[in-house]
Amino acid sequence: MPSEVEKDAITGTETTGHEWDGIKELNTPLPKWWLYVMYATIIWSLGYFVFYPAIPWVNGFTRGILDYDQRTDLDRQLAEVREFRGELLTRIEGASLAEIREDDELLDFAVRGGGRAAFAENCAPCHGLGGGGQQGGYPALADDAWIWGGTLDDIYATLLYGIRSDHPQTRFGIMPAYGVDEILTREEITDIAHYVVSLSGETEDAEAAARGAELYQRPDLCVTCHGENAEGNVFLGAPALSDQIWLYGGTVAEITAQVHNPQYGVMPAWIDRLDDATIKMVSVYVHALGGGQ
Amino acid sequence: MKWHAIFEKNVLILAAGILITVSIGGIVEIVPLHTIESTIEEVEGVRPYSPLELAGRRIYMREGCYNCHSQMVRPFRDEVERYGHYSLAAESMYDHPFQWGSKRTGPDLARVGGKYSNAWHVAHMIDPQSLVPGSVMPQYPFLAENALNIGDIAAHLEANVVVGVPYTEDMIAAAEADLFAQADPLGDHGGLLERYPGATVGDIDGNPEVLTEMDALVAYLQILGQMVDFSQYTTEDLRQ
Ligand code: HEC
Ligand code: HEC
Ligand code: HEC
Repeated sequence: MPSEVEKDAITGTETTGHEWDGIKELNTPLPKWWLYVMYATIIWSLGYFVFYPAIPWVNGFTRGILDYDQRTDLDRQLAEVREFRGELLTRIEGASLAEIREDDELLDFAVRGGGRAAFAENCAPCHGLGGGGQQGGYPALADDAWIWGGTLDDIYATLLYGIRSDHPQTRFGIMPAYGVDEILTREEITDIAHYVVSLSGETEDAEAAARGAELYQRPDLCVTCHGENAEGNVFLGAPALSDQIWLYGGTVAEITAQVHNPQYGVMPAWIDRLDDATIKMVSVYVHALGGGQ
Repeated sequence: MKWHAIFEKNVLILAAGILITVSIGGIVEIVPLHTIESTIEEVEGVRPYSPLELAGRRIYMREGCYNCHSQMVRPFRDEVERYGHYSLAAESMYDHPFQWGSKRTGPDLARVGGKYSNAWHVAHMIDPQSLVPGSVMPQYPFLAENALNIGDIAAHLEANVVVGVPYTEDMIAAAEADLFAQADPLGDHGGLLERYPGATVGDIDGNPEVLTEMDALVAYLQILGQMVDFSQYTTEDLRQ
């Protein structure tokens, strides 16, 4: 119920003029200091209208006298870090991989700085932190077994174009599906698997392995790609089969599965994703992990 | 004080007052977005999602991936250095609703397309911890098992047309065929790729027999951030 606005005797403050069941409400004003701070912020905000993009109109907006634009400002920030890292980066851009490798300062910058950081963001989800490799066909990069070659130039080319990627210059190699396409019988495949196991370990069935060895060496079969001594072939991307390092497992069953219906590792091309200096630094980083040739 | 009493005493006047105040805010904030020509940058390459990608987007929303992942690379140095070029308004102009997100428990996904192989995505969705030890991302193994519920995909495209996505008659007519062709290793991809350049085609999830939810989701992830060729544009072109 409205009542008269009156002065409260105890506090000296006016009431709001509301009254319910004999209870009246005080209309305590906002503290003065609070009000002044608020007015000050309003005045301060006018500055933004003058200096920064602010007021929209029908098909544009005021740009402000600073002509600030976040995207343009980003360029400035990027140029700033570029300047900070600039000298080394410029030298890396101009240097060949071998020159980076030989220059202690550049090598350190590539291995402990840019290369490592880019590896952690882009490569570790597949190859593991530190390049230890992961199950599912992601090879270790820290060992000296190379599918596509372990020289600096090999690694650089692998990174630029990827492996079985959609880049036209990608590294590419496939193995026939001997089982699915009925090139070999079930028995023949098992025999070869026993042989492949025997190359780097013990086989339970020496007889099968002997039959498998003969098949393996047949000129139209495995030997063409994996080599006479199963040492592999970096031009075809056929891994060595004699080194106990497996993409897809080294048991008879796993090798049988691979020969029956092969799996292929796919790695994206990085040429359109990372800049050249970064790809160079990552190449040198990978090369320095332990197995570089 | 006196003026205020009118609003306090009359609910209709109060409602009218609220309406006017809110409309002013709305008009000032919303109308310029539609009339200022630079809001959506003029870039080439942004196309509507292919039917399979669109179905994958639905799964992305159904599973609430946006609760942990944003799709918005902001124009800050650290983000640009990590993820790549900052996102443009144009890149989500056909997203209804957009998936910018407001929380990053996991990384931003606006540029994840092409960063990994299909096989990696499939293995990672089934069991993230097997590839990224210590990941807190949940496992989604059922996506590889569930056949994709395609519903009426042509109608889904048509609904998008209503809100301004430029699907053509041709695209709508071919919607269902395109949906199946995209994940079929033996499918005819010519027409599909003409309609939807850059789409990931072939057996995506390693199971060519069934069109699964995984096929759709990975097809969607693989196109994210892939449509615009940024080497063609300078900052000046992209200034809003
Ligand atoms: C989507 C997963 C994935 C990502 C991401 C990835 N790789 Fe690979 N990488 C592979 C696979 C799979 C292979 C093996 C391909 C094969 O079977 O021939 C491979 C092979 C390689 C090889 C050749 C190894 C050899 O033995 O010859 C190098 C070098 C390499 N990767 C480096 C990198 C670097 C550096 C990065 C980051 C810029 C990276 N990879 C990112 C999946 C990936
Ligand atoms: C046309 C070339 C070619 C021929 C012929 C070929 N392979 Fe391969 N093989 C490859 C390639 C390429 C790979 C690598 C697949 C990958 O990197 O993902 C491979 C991979 C393998 C692997 C998996 C290695 C691992 O580390 O897990 C085995 C085992 C294998 N081949 C066995 C054979 C046998 C046995 C034969 C003969 C019956 C054979 N290959 C014939 C090219 C060939
Ligand atoms: C609880 C939060 C959470 C949810 C929900 C979630 N993720 Fe993730 N996601 C993460 C985290 C954390 C990472 C980083 C570690 C990793 O790669 O597993 C990640 C990584 C990823 C990556 C790799 C990104 C990169 O650049 O390395 C992809 C792709 C991805 N998630 C997709 C999805 C999809 C699709 C969904 C929905 C089906 C989803 N995530 C749901 C937390 C989540």
